[in-house]
Amino acid sequence: MSERADPKAVEIARSGFARHGLSLLDLLPFLCALLVYVFGGRYLALSIQVMVQIIFALSLDLALGYGGIDSLGHVAFFGMGAYAAGLFAMHVSSQPLLGLCVAALAGALTGLITGPLVLRTRGLTLVMLTLAVATMIQQLANAAGMKPITGGADGLFGFEIAPLFGVFSFDLYDHTAYWYALGAFAFVFIICKVVVNSPFGLTIRGIRENPVRMRMLGVNVTHRLVTLYCISGALAGIAGGVQAQVTKLVGLDSLAFLLSGNALVMLILGGTGSLYGAIIGATIFVVLSDRAAAIDPFNWLFAIGAVLILAVRFAPQGVVGLITDAWQRQRGRRRL
Amino acid sequence: MLGVAATIVALLVDGVAYGMILFLMSVGLTITLGVMRIANLAHCGFAMIGGYIAFALVSSDHIGLFTALPVAVAGTMLLGALLERSVYRWVYTTGQLGQILMTLGLVFIFAASANVLFGSDLHAVGLPGWLSENWNWGAISISAYRAFIIVVSVVLATICWAILEFTDFGARLRAAVDNPRMARCIGIDVPRVFSITFAVGCGLAAAAGVLGTQIMPLEPWYALEYLVPLLMVVSVGGLGSLKGSFYAALVLGIIDTFGRYYIPAAGAFVIYLAVVALLLWRPQGVFARVST
Repeated sequence: MSERADPKAVEIARSGFARHGLSLLDLLPFLCALLVYVFGGRYLALSIQVMVQIIFALSLDLALGYGGIDSLGHVAFFGMGAYAAGLFAMHVSSQPLLGLCVAALAGALTGLITGPLVLRTRGLTLVMLTLAVATMIQQLANAAGMKPITGGADGLFGFEIAPLFGVFSFDLYDHTAYWYALGAFAFVFIICKVVVNSPFGLTIRGIRENPVRMRMLGVNVTHRLVTLYCISGALAGIAGGVQAQVTKLVGLDSLAFLLSGNALVMLILGGTGSLYGAIIGATIFVVLSDRAAAIDPFNWLFAIGAVLILAVRFAPQGVVGLITDAWQRQRGRRRL
Repeated sequence: MLGVAATIVALLVDGVAYGMILFLMSVGLTITLGVMRIANLAHCGFAMIGGYIAFALVSSDHIGLFTALPVAVAGTMLLGALLERSVYRWVYTTGQLGQILMTLGLVFIFAASANVLFGSDLHAVGLPGWLSENWNWGAISISAYRAFIIVVSVVLATICWAILEFTDFGARLRAAVDNPRMARCIGIDVPRVFSITFAVGCGLAAAAGVLGTQIMPLEPWYALEYLVPLLMVVSVGGLGSLKGSFYAALVLGIIDTFGRYYIPAAGAFVIYLAVVALLLWRPQGVFARVST
């Protein structure tokens, strides 16, 4: 901002950002992304995977960390988005942004249809139902009767994605794909920030802490949770859509339970309910598992399992929790 | 007409055998989920461990299935008791998410260990000759193996039921299930009762894992592969209800077998649709008692 800017405008702009909880610190992940682009050209494909998983983890954090919806079936949204984007590119139009909108819509619709059914319940039944719904959708995509549409175990392939804005084509070098994924990440991050810091976001947090009390205050709890589920579903759909468009491939593994499990691992690694946890956790997880998978996939699984068990015991708030703790201890010491 | 009847009988036997395996596995899970309130995603892993122990014994030495079975069950019970005493202890008070993540971690470790020890191929425990035959009566043909599964499962279920109903321990467990606080007040060591039940549940799962390898072959991802059907049995049966699990396992086993045979285009979809419908109709479980 230049010095001559109208102080009032600056004030309004500043308070606008502050209202959505956006600060300069939030530029850090994007600065890192820029550095990766400049210096880490070899790792563009991996970075795209990181960003896809960050978007997915952010959407899960919205439902789980903020809304307290313990979902084991979040992959349903991801897969629906991926399949929607793939089918749209195949049969309707190869415009990437339009395809992404369709993917988001597919995720939101899945949330809208399953949400009212699933979110009536709480606790273990809710966990079971999310898992059952996700498995059901995977079996549906896998069913022999659906093979002409979903391609069964072969998946969808052979669709083309038109150049972004008609100019930047998705080539083998991943440059367009990288900026595309980064753009999607930025968009989703801002949406998350806005939702979380809105009055709606506060209501959601209230429901997480005490649903009965929120109902007594006159909040339509199920309605709010379904809305959150739809938003979260749409964002997860975007993650799936980006994945499908960038890899030009959609398989049954984009509906597999393992993705839900991985997203949970990322969240617990990073810490739930802060958005930053999702970013840190997804980055650590994807980069480490890429390195480890190149060396020894199953021993990597062993390590992940051990880390999970130990994390639950010794660092339930994740990396973000550890950082915050250390920060506060430091500040406390300074005061003394 | 006779052909149709024969098919139906064969499918019924298959479905009941599958259901009984599911029931044996679900006994431990319904107790941990419904009574101890632990979201235990690793339970299927104990069935896998039992299966692998029996597989290792039967395939390496000249040990028969019937010697390997008790060894596998005992080994799995020991491991289950050890884990319950250590890592499960940690998550009793952490809330659901912590339990899900801890047990998911266990599943990963199980899968990794199974892959290191046995490779990623499908395995099944070898059967003695007389079990691999088919019994034929006219058009009706019944697999001896599946009939055997049904008999063994019924025997095990009856023993469980008798222990639960007629022994001192059974009475304590029922008291702890119905009202843990009151049970503690009258001097029942509830955590100890649950620890024993957890170990026994692991043992039953191991037995099911050993017996069911021809239907559910062993593989590193076994624990996740069969987790969903198992969770469905438990939630349809009503958490914490053994009788409910029994009926639910039978019904789901039969529906699944018939669905796959008569509507192959839908595959496994039928069973999931049925479960979601049942759970929406009665979220507490179809066979659950109304009061709980």
